[in-house]
Amino acid sequence: MSVDLDTSPKVSDEIRKTTCYMCACRCGINVHMKDGQVAYIEGNRDHPVNQGVLCAKGSSGIMQHLSPARLRAPMKRVGPRGSGEFEEISWDEALETAVSWLKPLRETDQSKFAFFTGRDQSQSFTSYWAQAFGTPNYAAHGGFCSVNMAAAGIYTMGGAFWEFGQPDWDRTKLFMIFGVAEDHDSNPIKMGLGKLKARGAKVIGVNPIRTGYNAIADEWVGITPGTDGLFILSLVHCLMKAGRIDLVYLARFTDAPCLVNGDKDSDEHGLILTNEAGKKLVIDRRTGKPEAYDTPGVRPDLSATYRHAGITHRPVLHHMAEKYLSDDYAPETVASKVGVDANRIRAIAAELARVAFDEAIELDREWTDFRGDKHDKMVGRPVAFHAMRGISAHSNGFQTCRALHLLQIILGSVEVPGGFRFKPPYPKPSTIHPKPHAGVTPGKPLDGPHLGFLHGPDDLLIDENGTPKRIDKAFSWENPMSAHGLMHMVISNAHAGDPYKIDTLMLYMANMSWNSSMNTSGVMKMLTDKDETGDYVIPRIIYSDAYSSEMVAYADLILPDTTYLERHDCISLLDRPICEAEAAADAIRWPVVEPDRDVRGFQSVLCELGAMLDLPGFVNEDGSQKYADYGDYIQNHERKPGIGPLAGFRGNGEDHGRGAPNPNQIQKYIENGSFWISHIPEDAEFYKPWNNTYQDWAVNLGLFDAPAPYLFTLWCEPLRRFQLAAEGKHRLSPPGHLKDRYVETMDPLPVWYSPFSDADNGFEVHALTQRPMAMYHSWGSQNAWLRQIHGRNPLYVPTKIWVANGFKEGDWARVTSPHGEITVPVAHMAALNENTVWTWNAIGKRKGAWALDKDAPETTKGFLLNHIIHELQPPKGDGLRWANSDPITGQAAWFDLRVKIEKATAPSESQPSHPPQKSPVSEAPTSVKQKLGA
Amino acid sequence: MTTLPQHTEKSLGLVIDLDTCVGCHACVTACKGWNTENYGAPLADKDAYGANPVGSFLNRVHSYEVQHEHGPAQLFHMPKSCLHCADAPCVTVCPTGASYKRVEDGIVLVNESDCIGCGLCAWACPYGAREMDPEEQVMKKCTLCVDRIYNENLPEEDRQPACVRTCPAGARHFGDLSDPESDVSKLVADRGGFELMPEQGTAPVNRYLPPRPRDEVPDFDVLAPFLEPVAEEPAGFLGWLDRTLSKVS
Amino acid sequence: MHPAPSIILFTTLSGLGFGMLAFLSLDVPAPRGWTAFWFFLIAYALAIGGLLASTFHLGHPERALKAFTQWRSSWLSREAWLAVGTLVLMGLYAIGLVFFDTRLRIFGIPGGLMAIATVVATSMIYAQMRTVPRWNHWSTPIVFLAYAIVGGALLTGRVELVRALLPLLLILQVFAWIDQDRHEKADDTNIATATGLGDRGRVHAFEAPHTGENYLTKEMVFRVGRKHAAVLKVAALLLAMILPTFLLFLPFHHTLAALAVLLHLAGVLIQRWIFFAEARHVVSFYYGR
Ligand SMILES: Nc1nc2c(c(=O)[nH]1)N[C@H]1C(S)=C(S)[C@@H](COP(=O)(O)OP(=O)(O)OC[C@H]3O[C@@H](n4cnc5c(=O)[nH]c(N)nc54)[C@H](O)[C@@H]3O)O[C@H]1N2
Ligand SMILES: Nc1nc2c(c(=O)[nH]1)N[C@H]1C(S)=C(S)[C@@H](COP(=O)(O)OP(=O)(O)OC[C@H]3O[C@@H](n4cnc5c(=O)[nH]c(N)nc54)[C@H](O)[C@@H]3O)O[C@H]1N2
Ligand code: SF4
Ligand code: SF4
Ligand code: SF4
Ligand code: SF4
Ligand code: SF4
Ligand SMILES: [Mo]
Repeated sequence: MSVDLDTSPKVSDEIRKTTCYMCACRCGINVHMKDGQVAYIEGNRDHPVNQGVLCAKGSSGIMQHLSPARLRAPMKRVGPRGSGEFEEISWDEALETAVSWLKPLRETDQSKFAFFTGRDQSQSFTSYWAQAFGTPNYAAHGGFCSVNMAAAGIYTMGGAFWEFGQPDWDRTKLFMIFGVAEDHDSNPIKMGLGKLKARGAKVIGVNPIRTGYNAIADEWVGITPGTDGLFILSLVHCLMKAGRIDLVYLARFTDAPCLVNGDKDSDEHGLILTNEAGKKLVIDRRTGKPEAYDTPGVRPDLSATYRHAGITHRPVLHHMAEKYLSDDYAPETVASKVGVDANRIRAIAAELARVAFDEAIELDREWTDFRGDKHDKMVGRPVAFHAMRGISAHSNGFQTCRALHLLQIILGSVEVPGGFRFKPPYPKPSTIHPKPHAGVTPGKPLDGPHLGFLHGPDDLLIDENGTPKRIDKAFSWENPMSAHGLMHMVISNAHAGDPYKIDTLMLYMANMSWNSSMNTSGVMKMLTDKDETGDYVIPRIIYSDAYSSEMVAYADLILPDTTYLERHDCISLLDRPICEAEAAADAIRWPVVEPDRDVRGFQSVLCELGAMLDLPGFVNEDGSQKYADYGDYIQNHERKPGIGPLAGFRGNGEDHGRGAPNPNQIQKYIENGSFWISHIPEDAEFYKPWNNTYQDWAVNLGLFDAPAPYLFTLWCEPLRRFQLAAEGKHRLSPPGHLKDRYVETMDPLPVWYSPFSDADNGFEVHALTQRPMAMYHSWGSQNAWLRQIHGRNPLYVPTKIWVANGFKEGDWARVTSPHGEITVPVAHMAALNENTVWTWNAIGKRKGAWALDKDAPETTKGFLLNHIIHELQPPKGDGLRWANSDPITGQAAWFDLRVKIEKATAPSESQPSHPPQKSPVSEAPTSVKQKLGA
Repeated sequence: MTTLPQHTEKSLGLVIDLDTCVGCHACVTACKGWNTENYGAPLADKDAYGANPVGSFLNRVHSYEVQHEHGPAQLFHMPKSCLHCADAPCVTVCPTGASYKRVEDGIVLVNESDCIGCGLCAWACPYGAREMDPEEQVMKKCTLCVDRIYNENLPEEDRQPACVRTCPAGARHFGDLSDPESDVSKLVADRGGFELMPEQGTAPVNRYLPPRPRDEVPDFDVLAPFLEPVAEEPAGFLGWLDRTLSKVS
Repeated sequence: MHPAPSIILFTTLSGLGFGMLAFLSLDVPAPRGWTAFWFFLIAYALAIGGLLASTFHLGHPERALKAFTQWRSSWLSREAWLAVGTLVLMGLYAIGLVFFDTRLRIFGIPGGLMAIATVVATSMIYAQMRTVPRWNHWSTPIVFLAYAIVGGALLTGRVELVRALLPLLLILQVFAWIDQDRHEKADDTNIATATGLGDRGRVHAFEAPHTGENYLTKEMVFRVGRKHAAVLKVAALLLAMILPTFLLFLPFHHTLAALAVLLHLAGVLIQRWIFFAEARHVVSFYYGR
């Protein structure tokens, strides 16, 4: 019998290339079209990010695009908040309603308006809009996400891991990964690990949980949560003690030789000596005299001290030796606390030293540094590190992230072959970032960008009484260096009217009544609470979502967004581009299909609202709307002359980086696969912060205006300035109750202190969440394919606790934290820290959301850990409720959670369960069998 | 046809590296996407948004823990699709001839228009590589992307299975396992690729590369060669620093 | 394995039907006229009923004719041919007996043999499954055949024979179950060979590839609890053998005989349910169940 089989079927009518959206990785995709409809999505081979591969979410994009949970039209709330009762309205009505709420606020007091965006991929645009509106209350999700990682990286080395840098996957020989389940750089990390595996390079995973990347690690360190800082500093201890540190690198490229003011009585005590021009001073080994660090030819001395006016100023390295050589960091001292054997710690330190120094690599590439010194080779230390929320989402996260950067730097493994490298627009020193602004003038724009990097108490956003100017209390004494704002505090502060009450809260793509809130049940209540007059305590909520999420039910006005295949987007160098360590790159999305619903891209809606509100930058001279839509803005907006959202194909299409707006720019991008890339010259690929060729290239491209070489800052002066304020050596001083904490936590050198939840006596078990690789937060559950993979989430329990409780398969447990309790299904896991339980993040759903059946397993067996994580720490008896955040940056300390666990009789569904919300979208089909081809 | 060919001209198949697979399920949904839009009926999902969703998939990723006397437990991800067995029992049980193994390349396929949906082939397969489509009620299985690997409408470099093309970690390899010179055969030889359930006598074509040893503790004294202390005290360290600096700069 | 009602009915009814046909082909003197008619009607009803039930298990019963094509390799295909062959030959034989009062042995003898072969072919569909150790066992064809014979004898009223056979069937069944247990335990497929990770330590399934069910878990990864199975086995023995034997030793009465038949039928249905529900498919190892 012969079978008639066509092995060459036509694949599609046309391929439209755009950018994926299911996470911040932003891979290039080929959307195959049949009959004008989306038929199949695969990775774009030419794309710099993913080179053709696609993750499970990206490959299921078609189901995201066809989701029955897609919102269909603007809506106004008709039932009580939280009920999900809505009425569809026209866009005209929706926009007029929004304007009628916002216009009076703009004219009287813009701080009554708060605009917070979630994992917004257009922050340079949304912040521009918010700035034009004039509210101080704008931020994206960074504060509850990974600001510790971002800020520690930028303050220490002028760039962070996250998606702002990457290991030199092709050359590294030893890779250590801390606290990562998935991260933003999803596909590149997997591709990188694949490369390491193919070369037989070694991978060490540090994580209480051994799944995913940690499962394929050659060595697994199942560390006790919250103790990475101690573990890392113990490695530093071992390396320093053995003299296995890169002295040349430390001397030339870091502040290790810089001189710390040793005058205990001085207001500058503990700050770095500078000359009149503000340049840091080092002792030149050739002359023994202090010189500015960047003096041509200077040979900074790591050892020499500087005695002046009877006071000894010692180099940073001396302070490091004093601190880290102490037995406090000896492996034997830390072993039991971190849960890692002392010999194991030594062995890892030895391995790092061996690979970094004995297996060093050299590239025959000449380069010239900022002091004018020529180097005939690029020396590589082939050890690389990566870390993410596992170390950052703790109350000691900022210092832990800094500790890791310290380790990288003493090994000389940053910006060198085989080490960790930045992606443009990084590296750049923290000092050239803007400072935060909160200057409100009615009817006028804000006095500057909302977010930024402050360098001491003078930069705080507080009024004369020390009261925070922002609703989220960012950049206030409580968490001064909160570079990304504190989105997780907005609703509770607004509800409490602390520091003040607001009128309208506008949220964009953040499921704040559900998985992005701590204390979820509490937040749901805050959103529905009414005051004495019967009005909602937070009077008005505008929300833009593309899907029927839990948050939709809590808004008064819904501005429905399109899906990612139906709109323009811009992944810009002005914000979080798609660059690689060897290239600058940016990308777009464009409507590869037109929406079949009455929805509009939110950014385009902001262009309209901006014009209706008369916001500068959004209207022409004659008062007419400036940008027809977001696509128009992307192409024609200029931040500075010649610099716009997209760097590629400017001017007549031949200019890159700088150049006049090009009316055909988007078309050019589309023809080029929806991205643009410009490679860094070979001799500028490493040592970028100090490499003249790189600096010139970056200036040329418009990344910054003048070369900005700098030293890595192991000694974090902004922290020291806050300590000085606490010591009474500053014009301003923190409130009394914070002073001790400042001394403990704001050490200018990386330190470790116990996570604050260590004080939660009786709650001995750590409870964590991880992102599943095949789900994106809450919104994968509407995807018919993905929800079959992760339709519910058991609490994984380690053997010791499993046995102690006599758990069996199918059992349920009551999990109690100082804040509350949940009752959830359990499952056994052996490859797990013996004192840690965990679950997949954001699988649990509220009934009625996401167009799912009311009995969907996501609602009956799925659950959120968030119910038992509070935004405030439990009362300590001092009359204060301290934030459950990092005291320096305000990063939400999700992973500090401590619990008790006990067997429970199985309830009919996971507890707590909430009453269903009414679904504002039509009922989902019972089956899916989508096929366009014959 | 139901009887198996004595010999196939090639033995095309997959080699999956268990040392590298991170368990991301990308291959699962890429497979679902391609095969929904291509070969045969779309891979349907019943009760897709309901309490009990059941869809057909041609490739699924399991995960296993391994515990042993010494060292921590280990976890492995194992993607599994049809192994295109040389002695495929799924083919010989088929009463209709819908299941067959191709002589030209050894791919095992189901001719859906002949399939009566009796399910016997799925019973006969030890690996769980066949799933009845919940809507179309015909047997579904990995086609080794037979409509990609020879597809003249695709660029040469894309003529490989959808799952291989998408795998971010590069844990999946495709090729002719009957040719000892092929890349996949060499990988299997180098890394000791193995068969699943060899005792079932199905002679699978697909091979799995074993995970490399994990958590091996060094058996040397780490201090001696690599971490010999230069000093016990900070002061000693500074002395060492001075001495060393005068050598290096 | 999932105990699908359609397949349980199929094997039970068609076993009885073809068993009955086999006995009808042997009868000397054979029944004639109306008596023959009723006997053949019952036999055909059972055999065809069973076959029809089996089509409920098919996704595409309308294509059932295709199942005749692969007799060279497929037991299902062979069973299809044998069943049809039996029904045709025995039909001709029956026509002879009912209408012409003649015993057409050239149809009867091969028809009877084919009836037996049909039962064997049915059993071989299961017995050939290397993937289901409990089925891939000497006992599968023997036990299927034995039930068909006892059922056929019972339905054709061979009380003496049945009295002798029932205890033997009981012994056979108990022994078969015991030896199946042993065989299943001794099977060399396990989670270690399934994953190839066995040489590294004790393997256990962590997460399934999907949180819900799929075709495989519904169809193959079904297994009845051990205690539950034991109770059902006792019930099967009671109903299929012990009670009928007891009834057949009582003074003969048609209602008692009919009751014996019904009890036996119920017992066989339970036996078949266990046959499926207790059988572990090796794919279960992948799901750690
Ligand atoms: N597929 C998918 N990808 C995503 C997302 C998604 O939802 N799905 N979300 C995106 C977003 S918004 C973010 S912020 C990133 C986050 O990316 P990740 O940082 O990878 O996110 P998490 O899943 O929170 O992983 C935290 C990891 O840290 C570990 N951990 C917890 N505490 C500690 C500790 O004290 N020490 C150590 N060493 N490890 C610890 C946990 O076990 C877990 O493995 O992922 C992004 N990418
Ligand atoms: N327990 C615990 N909680 C956590 C974390 C944790 O590790 N553990 N991680 C925290 C972190 S790091 C993060 S980033 C947050 C993430 O939390 P959220 O930001 O709330 O995450 P999502 O679920 O992605 O919600 C985003 C919303 O955007 C909507 N959306 C999707 N696409 C579009 C679109 O195209 N346009 C518009 N307008 N809307 C869209 C979705 O429907 C959804 O309602 O969760 C935090 N919560
Ligand atoms: S990693 Fe996945 S979800 Fe994220 S952009 Fe890439 S393909 Fe899309
Ligand atoms: S894996 Fe299963 S379906 Fe594939 S050829 Fe082998 S037996 Fe047949
Ligand atoms: S289900 Fe289809 S392919 Fe499988 S054995 Fe039956 S007829 Fe053949
Ligand atoms: S080869 Fe093709 S059909 Fe087979 S698992 Fe891979 S993608 Fe699916
Ligand atoms: S895509 Fe690759 S890494 Fe991901 S599960 Fe499949 S084989 Fe493993
Ligand atoms: Mo995040």
